[in-house]
Amino acid sequence: MNTALHRILLLLLLALPWAAQAGDATDYAHASPARQAKLLEHWAAAPAPERLPLIEALRANRVAIDQDKTPFIEEAGGYRALEGDAEPVGTPKKLRLNNRLRGLLNTALASHQLFADDPAQRLSAAKRLQRSGKPEQLALLEQRLEAEDDPAVSEALTLALANLQLDAADPAVRLAAVRLLGETGAPMARVRLENLLADEAETDAAVRKAAETSLAQVKRKLLFGELLGQAFSGLSLGSILLLAALGLAITFGLLGVINMAHGEMLMLGAYTTYMVQVLMARLAPEALAFYPLVALPVAFFVTAAIGMALERTVIRHLYGRPLETLLATWGISLILIQAVRVLFGAQNVEVANPGWLSGGLQVLPNLVLPYNRMVIIGFALFVVLLTWLLLNKTRLGLNVRAVTQNRNMAACCGVPTGRIDMLAFGLGSGIAGLGGVALSQIGNVGPDLGQGYIIDSFLVVVLGGVGQLAGSIFAAFGLGIANKILEPQIGAVLGKILILALIILFIQKRPQGLFALKGRVID
Amino acid sequence: MNQPLTLTAAQKAGPKLTAVALGAVLAVLIAMPLLHLLPADHALHVSAYSLTLVGKILCYAIVALALDLVWGYAGLLSLGHGLFFALGGYAMGMYLMRQSAGDGLPAFMSFLAWTELPWYWYGTSSFLWAMCLVVLAPGLLAFVFGFFAFRSRIKGVYFSIMTQALTFAGMLLFFRNETGFGGNNGFTDFRTILGFPIAAPGTRAMLFLATVALLAGSLLLGWKLARSKFGRVLTALRDAENRLMFCGYDPRGYKLFIWTLSAVLCGLAGALYVPQVGIINPSEMAPTQSIEAAVWVALGGRGTLIGPLLGAGIVNGMKSWFTVAFPEYWLFALGALFIIVTLFLPKGVIGLVRRRGEP
Amino acid sequence: MKVVPTPEVIDPIDTRGSGRDAIGLGRAAGEGLDARHGTILSLEDINVSFDGFKALTDLSLYIGVGELRCVIGPNGAGKTTMMDVITGKTRPDSGSAWFGDTLDLTRMSEVEIAQSGIGRKFQKPTVFEALSVFENLELAQKTDKSVWASLKAKLNGEQRERIDEVLATIRLEASRNRPAGLLSHGQKQFLEIGMLLMQDPQLLLLDEPVAGMTDAETEFTAELFKSLARKHSLMVVEHDMGFVGTIADHVTVLHQGQVLAEGSLETVQNDERVIEVYLGR
Repeated sequence: MNTALHRILLLLLLALPWAAQAGDATDYAHASPARQAKLLEHWAAAPAPERLPLIEALRANRVAIDQDKTPFIEEAGGYRALEGDAEPVGTPKKLRLNNRLRGLLNTALASHQLFADDPAQRLSAAKRLQRSGKPEQLALLEQRLEAEDDPAVSEALTLALANLQLDAADPAVRLAAVRLLGETGAPMARVRLENLLADEAETDAAVRKAAETSLAQVKRKLLFGELLGQAFSGLSLGSILLLAALGLAITFGLLGVINMAHGEMLMLGAYTTYMVQVLMARLAPEALAFYPLVALPVAFFVTAAIGMALERTVIRHLYGRPLETLLATWGISLILIQAVRVLFGAQNVEVANPGWLSGGLQVLPNLVLPYNRMVIIGFALFVVLLTWLLLNKTRLGLNVRAVTQNRNMAACCGVPTGRIDMLAFGLGSGIAGLGGVALSQIGNVGPDLGQGYIIDSFLVVVLGGVGQLAGSIFAAFGLGIANKILEPQIGAVLGKILILALIILFIQKRPQGLFALKGRVID
Repeated sequence: MNQPLTLTAAQKAGPKLTAVALGAVLAVLIAMPLLHLLPADHALHVSAYSLTLVGKILCYAIVALALDLVWGYAGLLSLGHGLFFALGGYAMGMYLMRQSAGDGLPAFMSFLAWTELPWYWYGTSSFLWAMCLVVLAPGLLAFVFGFFAFRSRIKGVYFSIMTQALTFAGMLLFFRNETGFGGNNGFTDFRTILGFPIAAPGTRAMLFLATVALLAGSLLLGWKLARSKFGRVLTALRDAENRLMFCGYDPRGYKLFIWTLSAVLCGLAGALYVPQVGIINPSEMAPTQSIEAAVWVALGGRGTLIGPLLGAGIVNGMKSWFTVAFPEYWLFALGALFIIVTLFLPKGVIGLVRRRGEP
Repeated sequence: MKVVPTPEVIDPIDTRGSGRDAIGLGRAAGEGLDARHGTILSLEDINVSFDGFKALTDLSLYIGVGELRCVIGPNGAGKTTMMDVITGKTRPDSGSAWFGDTLDLTRMSEVEIAQSGIGRKFQKPTVFEALSVFENLELAQKTDKSVWASLKAKLNGEQRERIDEVLATIRLEASRNRPAGLLSHGQKQFLEIGMLLMQDPQLLLLDEPVAGMTDAETEFTAELFKSLARKHSLMVVEHDMGFVGTIADHVTVLHQGQVLAEGSLETVQNDERVIEVYLGR
């Protein structure tokens, strides 16, 4: 690398700011692609605030040249000369960017933004330079680092600088850079250090040793974020399992009915969300952002109504015959899936996140918490709370609990058990419908959506103990977290199999689940 | 379940009539492969398609019978019998793949750039060892799963869901290329079995006859079991497990025996299914497949020996007709069948016939 | 698994019936069971609690060989839980339960306990409804109950005779080929008692055996039980005081998981605390 030459060039450029800038746009417009690349490299190494509009326009593909190669900027309905006030001769042609130029342009833009007033802009520029910095920018970075007073930007600049210094010829510089990288906790530092150590890329023994120490240091720092990330994914999966299993826990706990069509209630909830989205896009596009909120009650009532209808027509005739119920509800699920396939097609339908559910919160360098998942965790807990209130603080809940504990006695006390069964089934299905709305925000919505959840949610109910709200919560989150922690270690499939084996072993010890009431066995 | 389900259809419908009907069916089943050997333009020629279809249904009938042994007699509804069926099929498939690969690696392994056989493939070029695997793979898995499940007294719907989870896990495992069973394509392109070309009419006829023999053997075995004290203990187990324990019987041993036996029967059926149909892939382990087998048994009449065979025949016959005539509506029909059988035909077709017979 | 305890060489000096304060009648226990001390069942300091609710508190109870013991007590006194402990269905939190002198019931499974000679009749009659009366008795018969044995089992003449004998005893000869599910409630009670007889246990636990029986049937049952005692030991839980009066030589009153009183029916009936428990203050 001819760093010295670049420095001289740079000095020249700095010494002659006006001369250099007078015709930047014109120079660029007249240059060959190779020369354009050179120019961009110079601009990246020696940014000047005046050049920013040109770079931004170039990046937005809004620069065009006319027959005389005079550069113009495209504006609404016309062209404005970038330098001077020429009028275009003929129709100007857009300046093309190839990939190499686009990369260089981004680097140049980042250099220029290092001078921005907004620290956020400086931060993002520094971060981009961490990845795309060029050796020519070393001096610039050093200078900016000295002038920087925002700690976050400073750290980002340090990293970018260290990253560049790793390529330096002087082992001492590399050593310093390696140590610097060790002090940051950035995922990029880890990649860079690993690359350095791999394939004998670094030849100096001292630097290698320091790199090893630094790598261990970085890994230690990253571990925390990784663990948090896994725990969060686990919580997120757990909240979904919880939403899926909660309704099942109610119907199974109360009616002793395994509803194999429960997964299809999730699916119907998700399709209801889709319908609401489509209808609102047509009827009330201005409120479209809030369609998930509208979808919640709609999905609840749609699925609850379907659930109640099923209870009245099929399931009530099968009480006391759990295995037959299982088969009949499986039949129902087949019909529902096929019906959706006929109505909406076998392909997934498009359910989009509204703006307020997209994106995420950056907590640590290697940990971003997506908003939709955070909202769903909160929503799951909210639904649990609501269910708890409903079961424990209302007349309906009292009746439901009475029927759960002793159906005959409840009937004798005047509880309309038939109606309670129906309502409880509706409630369970409705909760599944709510779960469907949540699922539509994080995954694909297709006819087979529910199939994947029925086994998992049943495992939650088994593990948690039948009829136990608290058990279901612990089991759902426990399974979710266990799944996500095992996944990176041994793969998703083996993780699932291992968990199944663990559940079978667990049931050896506690056949009644985590939170079962013990009692005299009645025969 | 107040009715004596142990009594076989034979005992109720009159032993002579049943014996004659069974004999007639057996005669037809033996005649079919022989007629397949006739020249294609002969009036009585049975096409390869029909022979394969009936052979497939016979394999399913064995599965139905095996499932009925655990569900109808011992009250354990398995939703994972497809796994045992597929394991038997895969064991046979390994042998067939080695046959078509000759001295080299099976095609899908070369495709994955593997250079040597995984350890569990050793010896699969030997037909005898493959046959041992057909029995051992489903048998051992069923034994281990059953040992733990019955030890912790998992029963009823819990047991059903556990078995469903088991077959689901198996399916996920076999879908992976790394597992070494051809991933989601499974095994296909078989050429020879024991050196005979697999699609030749003679081979087809032999495989078909072997299936008939296995079915007849299973039926006989089931009949013997149902009439033995063992069968009565199973029925007792289904209706009042606690009472049986206080009589001094250990239900675990009984369940484990019938459960493992049933899995092995399924494995054998799978092993005969693969060379006839010419393909095995993980979709055989899909929970849907296994639960469909339950409806065969329920439709025919569980706790009887003939019922499951009838059920498997009816449903699969319907399926092959529907999927040609109205493919869109097959799942509606199947779903409706599940509901109708459970709501209106708790004792299945056999129960219907019996009720007619004794006003 | 079959547990056959090996009898120890018996001391020439007969010590049977001299153990503790049991009312052992000094008759031989069944073969294979070591009950030299005359006590066939000893429960000591048994505690059982379900989620904080104490079902049994320091319960101690001894039953002698050949004794017919009645256990009475108000609902929730722990009678059924006690039976669950004896038959291995519920494990006590603490305490010991010995069958004879050598078998620790707290370490045995339900099946082992049943095979070693404790028979139980449930509160609600439980028979194998799909099987015929004859088959019910056949399954209960004392014999090798392993899987292999069942596969090969064939009734011999002696076994048939025994079944016929029991059928006659419980007066169900006419229904021998009927499915048990079609029997009346009382008939099911008798069938279950018949199954216990076939099992030939040393200790019979009977939970409300005469519930749902007519007076004549009750009387007949009382006779049956009395004839069973001496050869077998019986523990009967019953609410019907008349019935208790006819059969019991000894009565135990349970209350809140503890033994409240023990003695002859007359003594117990005159006990202040028993009166209080039954009649309220």
